[in-house]
Amino acid sequence: MNAMAAISASGIAVQDRPLLRVEGLVKRFPVHSGMFRRGAQLHAVEGVSLDVAPGEVLAVVGESGSGKSTLARCILRLIDPTAGRVVFDGEDVTAMTGRSLNAFRQRVQPVFQDPFSSLDPRWTVGRSVREALDAHAIGTKNERDARVADLLDRVGLSPALAVRRPHELSGGQRQRVGIAAALAPSPALIVADEPVSALDVSVQAQVLNLLSDLQRDLQLAILFVAHDLSVVEHISHRVAVMYLGRIVETGATEDVFRDPQHPYTQALLAAIPLPDPSQRLRAPELRGEIPSPISPPSGCRFHTRCPVAIARCTEEDPEMTDFGGGHQAACHIARARREQPA
Amino acid sequence: MTAILEIDRVDVRFQVGNTDVSAVSDVSLQISEGEIFGLVGESGCGKTTLALALIGLLPGTAEVQGAIRFQGRDLVGLPDDQMRGLRGDRISMVFQDPMTSLDPCFAVGDQVAETIRAHRPVDRRTARDRALQLLHDVGIPEAGRRYGDPPHHLSGGMRQRVVIATAVANEPALLLADEPTTALDVTIQSQVLDLLRELRRTHHTTILLITHDLGVVAQLCDRVGVMYAGQLVEVAPVEEIFRAPRHPYTQALLAALPTAAQKRGALRVIEGRVPDLSDPPPGCRFAPRCPHRMTECDRVPPIAAEAPDHLVACWLSEATQAAAGTSAAERSAGRSRGASA
Repeated sequence: MNAMAAISASGIAVQDRPLLRVEGLVKRFPVHSGMFRRGAQLHAVEGVSLDVAPGEVLAVVGESGSGKSTLARCILRLIDPTAGRVVFDGEDVTAMTGRSLNAFRQRVQPVFQDPFSSLDPRWTVGRSVREALDAHAIGTKNERDARVADLLDRVGLSPALAVRRPHELSGGQRQRVGIAAALAPSPALIVADEPVSALDVSVQAQVLNLLSDLQRDLQLAILFVAHDLSVVEHISHRVAVMYLGRIVETGATEDVFRDPQHPYTQALLAAIPLPDPSQRLRAPELRGEIPSPISPPSGCRFHTRCPVAIARCTEEDPEMTDFGGGHQAACHIARARREQPA
Repeated sequence: MTAILEIDRVDVRFQVGNTDVSAVSDVSLQISEGEIFGLVGESGCGKTTLALALIGLLPGTAEVQGAIRFQGRDLVGLPDDQMRGLRGDRISMVFQDPMTSLDPCFAVGDQVAETIRAHRPVDRRTARDRALQLLHDVGIPEAGRRYGDPPHHLSGGMRQRVVIATAVANEPALLLADEPTTALDVTIQSQVLDLLRELRRTHHTTILLITHDLGVVAQLCDRVGVMYAGQLVEVAPVEEIFRAPRHPYTQALLAALPTAAQKRGALRVIEGRVPDLSDPPPGCRFAPRCPHRMTECDRVPPIAAEAPDHLVACWLSEATQAAAGTSAAERSAGRSRGASA
């Protein structure tokens, strides 16, 4: 890497080496059931590349079937990709074994949507938070006890809750426990898959504030997977929009939300029900539904629903075009518009 | 406009083991014909319980007091057979998960036709033709080909359309929609909201929308009622609720919505948590979390009109204070009458 240290749109120094780099990631699942012949494949993620800088919040947004959760699971190495690489701090995660994989699992931690399913119902809160410390043999026994109390305090829970079990807690408290457990081994990156979508608005605000505080105070990087665009706009520095396994647009959150280039991003933003009765939506921009990822459309995958698609879109897969400042979109129309401004 | 639905001092209690849970407490509400009324609140506020009370689908452990008059007829304590006659005909429902309403083993078209035949003396062919038309009307592409499909062959959005087709099959006067778009993606959600809007426009259907999503409320509703911990705290036209919320809970809820304008980490939160409804606070149930708490808050604030269309139940409101004054006077008048009798 050369010395291209610069300040990214998020105001965070981009180092020569990103904390996380995903290169051409592909994940296909074999399909055996129903009308699909043997050998059919579900194309969950098709050639995704992205970077996350240290201390940066990158949001991956998309609707169901976009592949965003599969991407997160590949990054966490809960599943192995079909092709492509995940590089964490310069090391290829997909090739890791033994000690290096163990070290990776300390530095990259998951937070899931439903804390009730990620916490063991029979364990006390203290034991759940402590587990990573025990598993990785971090500190002495007394140090671990003290650390559990610190962590609960850090996420805004009374250390007295350590003896409770998950069913005794509210949804917001459980998600805080999930975050405390993720913080236990002092990770550099949190991969959070829909961490607030099961929570009520007032509780959601508490958890979003907590994640923002942690990111700032601990210089934690967060890969934030979500479908709620208002949440994403609030919390992330950069955003990547996925559709049917591909990233169709990426850039600084402000740029993407203020000046979306891809017709899918435009439709997605237009469909947000704003909490403002004076800004009612007109007729929905998009008709129809996301096509099956088992036989995705040719060319641009969005062309079957795109309001501005042309013949070329059905044949040729659009490449990423740069719109300045790291704002990129993969669309023939947007590219033509850029090359020949009206 | 005439009220199609009058909810009059309704209380719902559940017997859970030895404890008594007060899920809905003294809620009164009127819904006019042809309006889209949004009932909002967070989990456990009683909005779904109130809706289930309305259609007689509460479990046997629930006890309902007060009156729920639909087109003048009290639904509380209505015998099961009469309630069944209303459900799916004059009053119909759409729930969050379409699979709770659809039979997984039957063709979706037949399920729509069956709802028609359950309430109308029509032959199979007529019901089938009408069901097909309904599937087409709710925007199912190639409705003819889809008619024979079982629900699992359809996507979530398409299934919800089938449920809506079933719900409107007999042109109900009141459609009760409980989180109808919560399980759907945002681009599909906007299509379903459009469908509900269209339904009201073409059939003048009254819609009671129950949701936690303030965005959906802003987009669809004419009037809004806000519930907290079983109490109705505010009712107003949708523009009013968002422009000038009066109740501290409504204000806090709107302030907690994330926007890009708010600094990261600086979202307004509501401190504390929802009270245990087996032992709720004696007066206003929001009081323990309210930044404006006063000693009066230990008494239940009556809901009263601050402005002609704007009702609020809060001791900060002069209307509430005046209403409490009147009702206290009424009570003492009642007592003196009782004493003299």
